[in-house]
Parts: sequence; C-alpha cells; structure tokens
Amino acid sequence: MSARRDLWFTLLCAAALALPLGVLVFLFGDVLLLGLERLSPAFLTSYPSRHAEHAGVLPGLVGTALLGVMTAGLALPFGVGAAIYLEEYGGNRRIARAIEVNVANLAGVPSVVYGILGLAVFVKTLGLGRSLIAGAATLALLVLPIVIVSTREALRAVPMGLREAGLALGATRWQTIRRVVLPAAAPGILTGAILAISRALGETAPLIVIGAVAYITYLPDGPRAAFTALPIQIFSWVSRPQAAFAHNAAAGIVVMLLLLLLLNAAAVLVRDRFSRGGSR
Amino acid sequence: MIAAPAPRAPPTTTAADATTPVKLAVRALDAGFGATPVVRQLTLDVPERRVLAIIGPSGCGKSTLVRCLNRMHELVPGATVGGSVLLDDHDIYARDVDPVLLRRRIGMVFQKPNPFPTMSIRENVLAGLRLTGALRGGRKQPAIDGIVEQALTRAALWDEVKDRLAAAGGSLSGGQQQRLCIARALAVEPEVLLMDEPCSALDPIATARIEDLIHVLRERYTIVLVTHNMQQAARASDLTAFLLHGELIECAPTERLFTQPSDRRTEDYITGKFG
Ligand SMILES: Nc1ncnc2c1ncn2[C@@H]1O[C@H](COP(=O)(O)OP(=O)(O)O)[C@@H](O)[C@H]1O
Ligand SMILES: [Mg+2]
Repeated sequence: MSARRDLWFTLLCAAALALPLGVLVFLFGDVLLLGLERLSPAFLTSYPSRHAEHAGVLPGLVGTALLGVMTAGLALPFGVGAAIYLEEYGGNRRIARAIEVNVANLAGVPSVVYGILGLAVFVKTLGLGRSLIAGAATLALLVLPIVIVSTREALRAVPMGLREAGLALGATRWQTIRRVVLPAAAPGILTGAILAISRALGETAPLIVIGAVAYITYLPDGPRAAFTALPIQIFSWVSRPQAAFAHNAAAGIVVMLLLLLLLNAAAVLVRDRFSRGGSR
Repeated sequence: MIAAPAPRAPPTTTAADATTPVKLAVRALDAGFGATPVVRQLTLDVPERRVLAIIGPSGCGKSTLVRCLNRMHELVPGATVGGSVLLDDHDIYARDVDPVLLRRRIGMVFQKPNPFPTMSIRENVLAGLRLTGALRGGRKQPAIDGIVEQALTRAALWDEVKDRLAAAGGSLSGGQQQRLCIARALAVEPEVLLMDEPCSALDPIATARIEDLIHVLRERYTIVLVTHNMQQAARASDLTAFLLHGELIECAPTERLFTQPSDRRTEDYITGKFG
C-alpha cells in the first residue's frame, strides 16, 4: 500500500525533474544545431563584421574576461571586508542590523536599476564615461550583496572554538581573523565569489543601460576604453533582421554557456577539493 | 533546590601550604551574562606550580570562572565582570592591562580539541607565535624547530608525531589533538594553564595520558583544571574548589576535601546525592 504510494511519488518527482530538464536540453540542442556552422576557432578570434559569416566574438570575449577580472577586483575586497565587519565585529549593534537588512534587500533589486545607478554615478558624476571600468564598477555593485551574503555564510561556518583558540593564544581579533578564520573560510568565500562573478558576466541589461557598444573593431586598451561583452554581442546579433546573424547569436550563446559552465565547474572543484583536504 | 542550607563555615581559601606563593588570587569576583549573575563574590587563591581542580554540577559557573581568569569571558557580548583577579599581585582587570598580552601569560585548553584545521601539526604548535607576529623577527630555522620539539615534548606528543609534523592537525586522534592543543598553548610560554574539562571528549586511555601529563606540567606551570569528573579531581589536583550556583562552597587540599569536607553541600555532592 504505502510502497505503491511511494512509487507514485517517486514517479511524480522524476517527472517534475524530467520536464524542465527536457525543455532545457531541447533549447540547448536547438541553439547548438543553429550555431554549429559558425562555431570554429575563427569565430573566437574575429571581430564583428557586416558579413555574418566573417563576424566573430573576440571583442566580446575579451570584454567579458576583463569585466570578470575587474568586477572581482572591485567586488571582493569590498564584499569580503563588509562581511568580515558584519560577522566578526558587528556584534548586535543597531548599525550592523540596519546594514544587514539593506544588504538582503539589495540582492533583490532588478539589475536594470543597478544599470541606471551606474549610469548616474560612474558614467556621469564620476566622469568615467561609457568605459570598461564604469561597467565593472556597475557589475561589482550588482554582485556585492551576493558576495557579502556568501562570505558571511562561509565565516559563520567556521567553528567559534577556532576563534577562541586564537584569542586565547594572545592574538588580537584581526590576527585571529587573518590567520585562522579566513583560511578556514577561504573555500566557501572563493566558491561564492566565482558564482557571483558568473552571475555578473551573464548580465546584459545594466551594461546596455550604461552604454556598452556592440560594434567594436578593436580591443580595449585600458580601463577607460569603450567595450563590449558577450551578452551584448549576442543581443545585438539577435536583433538583426538578417537570418544569417541568428547563427552568430546561437554560436555566441554556446560560447557564453561554455564559459559559465567552466566557471561553475571551477566553483564546484574548489569546494570539493578543500572539503576533502580539510579535517572535517 | 539544594538540601537545607547548612550552617556555613567560612570558605577555606588558603593555599595548600604557607610556603607556596600565590600565583592567582581571585578577589570578590562577580561575573554574569547581561543581568544574570553567574559567578558571585568569589574569592580563591591558586598557589604557584600547583593544580587547582574546580568541581561542581553542570551550569554552576566553572567555565565562566576560568574564562574570567584570562579575560576571555568579556568577549561574549553582554558579559559582565566585577571584582579583581591578581596575577603575581597585579590586577589583570586594571586599566593599564592589555587583555591580549595577558592571554599570552595565561594559556587555555578547551573542552573540545580545537586544532587549527588549515594548519599542519608543526604550524599548530607555532600558531600562537605566528599569529602574534613573534616569529617575524627572523628567528633561525633550528631555533624554531627547537620550539616545536620542546612544546610537543612537554605535551607528551613528540614521539608520536615527530615523523609527520607536516600532517594536518586534524589527522590526529582526539587525545592527540588535545595534547597538540596543550603543546600549542605551551609554545607561547605561559605561566598559568587553564584547562576547561580537557578530557570530557576523550576516551579513558587518552584521559589517563592527559592526567599523567598534568602531573608533569605541574612542575613548571600553575594549573587550573575544571572537571566534572570527581575521580579526576582526586587523582590530578593538589587543591579542589567546589562551586555551587556560582558561589565557592569550599576550597581545600584535595585529599581533605574528598575525605572530610567541611560543608554539608560538598559532602552531598561528592557522595553523589546531587549533581
Ligand atoms: N553565552 C552565554 N550567555 C548567557 N548565559 C550563559 C552563556 N554561557 C553560559 N551561560 C549560563 O551561565 C551559567 C554557567 O555556565 P558555565 O560557566 O558554562 O557552567 P559550567 O561550566 O559550570 O557548566 C549557566 O547557567 C549557563 O546557562
Ligand atoms: Mg563548562
């Protein structure tokens, strides 16, 4: 009796899993088929072109890579720093509470809003223009709450006893955090950071708002250079009327997905490696 | 809660023998969390190079008391402390005392072995010195090796780990981990060692090893040993203090306290009537 009900439930769950998974596989297969004829080493090393068959993603790929590095460079110090403050020094104080609530809310703000903010603050007020650094700063702002939340979780997972052991040895709070808490939390912090960056790299809306351009025939030569990114490039190809560009868009999507897959695999690897190497 | 209040003899707070200088003198110590008092008006002497055991039922304030002795208690948000604790006649709660520096003179071993998981055995021993930057001055490698060997030898762990100093601290057995934590505390060269139920997570054999170790350590260090195990107090200590509801009921040479307690409540506790 109960065995039969168990079977039904198992089937139901399997169906719930299979349906969306099937749709995903179908979509990805469709894109892959469409993009296959464009996918080649030349596609990765070519600049955009009016001729669909010669157009490639090089500026987008480089732009996305640079954005990733710069976003990480901006979001990690601030995010990890804020998390350390909140988790290790914040205690029960009012300000810490207020910040905590705000950070949680910020994570739910639509990404376009960050684009508008970036346009107003970085592009206009700070005069950075429609540049790589303005894009990276905007994306950093976007993922800051994610970095803060995931870092706090990693810090909270470090047993209290380790902090006490450090302090009891005559270390200051900071010495204990730096040498004991952060190393123990590093895998968790790193995993969260990689996932946050991969989220940033998939964002299109804020970059469009701050004015990333799609048609660029040179590579950025510095943080103030104009730039494009993979999702922008894909978006621009998708909106072309010519059917030939649909193949480019599909190939671009495949490249983008592979990149994100690689990043997520890296995150999983970091987590597995350290949790096996650790003592727990 | 407890048997009828016995007519109360003044708590014996004198050292085991008059010739031993007092290392730690607790004077009218109050400690608590927020508005809840946990340790009340506690006065107690710990003679130098002796083992003082603190016994009492769970929740009576033993941990809180020892954590006041190295100023760890005040790290808990909302913790309160009053009164004084004299280390070599100087109040550790005086305004000019830096609790961070004080903790290097008063080491602590915790209930649960807590070696640093990201460090090797060797680095665990050196952790106190590295954390505080004491090794930064560029001490020579042989000198550092000497510190490691000495601390591990004093913690009776050297022979078991000398061939795998690079292994993770967490790869040791529970008892070995606890001795590693003792070695880590000793490497900082403290004068006093506080041990809060150091054997409660260990098996009887590992416990016996730690008790043997306490006997040897006693020649160099003043030791305060919290234990819920009365046999352990009887075996390992010179003096025993009995705590109840945060008050000191009796403190006497261990043998006397266990054979002829002067307070009814002590007698009830050691004969197993409660707790
Ligand atoms: N962090 C804390 N906050 C509030 N109360 C606490 C805290 N830690 C311990 N207490 C309370 O203080 C009392 C004494 O605890 P403790 O010193 O740990 O006792 P023992 O070590 O003798 O078992 C207990 O009643 C306990 O509930
Ligand atoms: Mg306790």
